[in-house]
Amino acid sequence: MTIPHAPGNGHGGHDHEEHPGMAHDEELGYYAVRAKAMEALLVQKGICSPDEIQGMVDRLEARSPSDGARVVARAWADPAFKSLLLSDPEAALVQLGYSLPETTPKLDVVENTNELHHLVVCTLCSCYPRALLGRPPDWYKSLAYRSRAVVDPRGVISEFGLDLADDVEVRVLDSTADLRYLVLPRRPEGTEGMSEEELAGLVTRDSMIGVTDARSPQAAHSG
Amino acid sequence: MPQVHDRGGWPTDEPINQEEHILSDWERRVDAMHNVLSEKGLRRTDEMRRAIESLDPATYEACSYYERWTAALEILLLEKGVISREELDGKFEEIRDRG
Repeated sequence: MTIPHAPGNGHGGHDHEEHPGMAHDEELGYYAVRAKAMEALLVQKGICSPDEIQGMVDRLEARSPSDGARVVARAWADPAFKSLLLSDPEAALVQLGYSLPETTPKLDVVENTNELHHLVVCTLCSCYPRALLGRPPDWYKSLAYRSRAVVDPRGVISEFGLDLADDVEVRVLDSTADLRYLVLPRRPEGTEGMSEEELAGLVTRDSMIGVTDARSPQAAHSG
Repeated sequence: MPQVHDRGGWPTDEPINQEEHILSDWERRVDAMHNVLSEKGLRRTDEMRRAIESLDPATYEACSYYERWTAALEILLLEKGVISREELDGKFEEIRDRG
């Protein structure tokens, strides 16, 4: 099979990986034009319409970590929901009005505790619970994270600002095409009596990947 | 030498760059095309991964994330006979020359 590649693509080496802030749209490169050509052919052949693609762009834009945060906040507030979420995530999500598309891979929710900390990675590429968190951040897809998360998870977690005590067990979960993980972070101290909405405000994307804890009310208050 | 996707078998000391880049329109549309085709049963995630992992290592390393996705989509659409290489090359030149 001939592998498509950009002819005369001059940049070699892995430092090309995900240049942050680099917009590709000033001028369309080889792959952008290749993609446009594929889209034009799919439309021409009646396989999909431009509206369908635009509709999907909008649906994908609408997904964000606030969906995951809502699920976590409910689990913190409602023990019955939490135990359902851990044992049968799909059933729990239905209770919150989320119906995952049929093509969504199986979801597993894992709980972080004072004794056990989970960290999620996809060493292979970028598998991620997109239905609840939106697109993964660039660093999640970076070669450095994918390599180091499995080799030195404590070092990675510490790089994100969380120093775990030595006696906390760390488990790294490697996502696949068929199974995605959402971390249920520890409920921060001093949050008794907070509403679900307030609790959701403490749940960050990174805490649901496991590179950090949820924010404390103090940290949230100071911005 | 580990396979290109086997990052755990490819240790590095590189720091993790936590900056984000804003997706350009073409990247959003590639993401959307993958999802639309997925709903139509024309693309599965495992197929997509196999296609990405079949990229030769130099291409894989040189490509950005959605460039890899584009390359993988092309492999799958050609493989499944949804489009032909001649059609794609023709359309590619047409769009490129139009500017």
